[in-house]
Amino acid sequence: MPATLSGQLINLLAALLLLIAFAMITQRRILSLVNLFAMQGLVLALSTLIVAYSTGQGHLYFSAALTLVLKVMALPWILYRLMRKLNVQWDVETLINIPSTLLVGIVLVIFAFNLASPISHMAGTILRSTLGIALASVLLSFLMMIVRRKAIPQVIGFLAMENGLFFAATSSTYGMPMVVELGIALDVLVGMFIFGIFFFHIRETFDSLDLQHMEKLKED
Amino acid sequence: MSLLEGISYQLLQSLLMVLLAPLMLGWVNQCRAWLQNKSGAGLLQPYRVLRKLFHKDAVLAHNASALFRATPYIRFGCMWLAAGIVPVLATDLPFSPAADVIALVGIFALARMFLALAAMDIGTAFGGLGARREMMVSFLAEPALLMVFFTASLISHSTQLPTIVETLAHAEFVIYPSLAFAGVAFLMVLLAENARVPVDNPATHLELTMMHEAMILEYSGRHLALVEWASAIKLLTYITIGIALFLPFGIAGTGHWSALPLAFGALLPKLLFAGLGLALLETLSAKMRIFLVPEFLGTAFLLAVLGLLMHFLLES
Repeated sequence: MPATLSGQLINLLAALLLLIAFAMITQRRILSLVNLFAMQGLVLALSTLIVAYSTGQGHLYFSAALTLVLKVMALPWILYRLMRKLNVQWDVETLINIPSTLLVGIVLVIFAFNLASPISHMAGTILRSTLGIALASVLLSFLMMIVRRKAIPQVIGFLAMENGLFFAATSSTYGMPMVVELGIALDVLVGMFIFGIFFFHIRETFDSLDLQHMEKLKED
Repeated sequence: MSLLEGISYQLLQSLLMVLLAPLMLGWVNQCRAWLQNKSGAGLLQPYRVLRKLFHKDAVLAHNASALFRATPYIRFGCMWLAAGIVPVLATDLPFSPAADVIALVGIFALARMFLALAAMDIGTAFGGLGARREMMVSFLAEPALLMVFFTASLISHSTQLPTIVETLAHAEFVIYPSLAFAGVAFLMVLLAENARVPVDNPATHLELTMMHEAMILEYSGRHLALVEWASAIKLLTYITIGIALFLPFGIAGTGHWSALPLAFGALLPKLLFAGLGLALLETLSAKMRIFLVPEFLGTAFLLAVLGLLMHFLLES
């Protein structure tokens, strides 16, 4: 049981992060998916802020601000714009139905918790128990990328996975060095632009954003 | 002496819960009317309906068996018992060792089973249809409810509701992420079990999508009054269970009778807000297709299980 209030708050935010990851899996509409992604970014920024405050690590303030600007404002805005330009608001199709996906999700969470528990016992930071949650949300985002057919939800899954990784980094090691963090942030931003261009090319070639068309090797 | 006090308090609480349950229903309906820009029927309307029904003659179908006649009384008794073992104002309840949270779920299940059997007893199409739907909803809601109770039990190391409340209300302030999950799951179960809007519409009497109303379609007179009253008690009991588990601040501890007025003062705004919140939720959401109900309750179960896992990971 973490004794400090900040530890408890971070645990609560970690739980919220996992909840949002689950909500993303159940969500059928792309617009709500983007909103959830922005919310996850906000939770991440808040938790980073609390870690920064409670441990006195100055550079974590920067990464919290970076998260806020990039993941709560910039990336959702780009996604909204892409959605408007591509005119995609339709319901997301999944490969397996949503209740079974949720069950797979629970199994993944249990797996992640078990996997992380020996590492957590060794770690000495105040946030050691959140490592399992971070791992679980990474796995859940993986799951989302696997079960979704359309391009945009897959990309949102990818971005959410990065959120989980970032949370793992702050929770287990109090954040990465500033250079690495800046590099990753830039990578994500540039990746997003490239994805945007890809979306247009995929749609021009196949008249749809369904990635199953790309599995065909020959034109028939 | 304290046992005598306890028993008198127990009787008072059981009586109050039964008598005030229609008032809570009236408050929810009144809030809903306000939110929909209607003037509403007033807080006392459920009492008027009950009085009207008690004065009417009960009409029974020719092929109704004793089960059909006994069910309203059994259901009313079950709900009264359930209302008696939930700590509402104080945790000192002499009757509460009779049933812990698992037995509480069992009492609700017993009442539900009798109602479903009675609905099928007459043999009309609507009765069977309503009973089948009710059983589908409840077999999905029950494990979620149990998981919610287990989460609270794990925190307090007891399945007795008074002990759980004692632990949660009078220990030092700790944020439990697991209880947050359990709270959302409990809300979803509450909506499903009490036939509220996203799952069932309590205001409808003739609609192909109805569940609870389809089951009690054949009841009339005093039988219908008892069934309706039992439903009101069930709603109030669920709300007070929710308050006891997730907002227990202010509930008087064992032997603190002087804290009772304070507990009452804390309970009243909680109940008012709970009713308002329920009405708001019902106004904002539309009734979902019946095939989406398993998904809704599956999510509730998932949240409850997640709460349980969170407890093991974060709080142990």
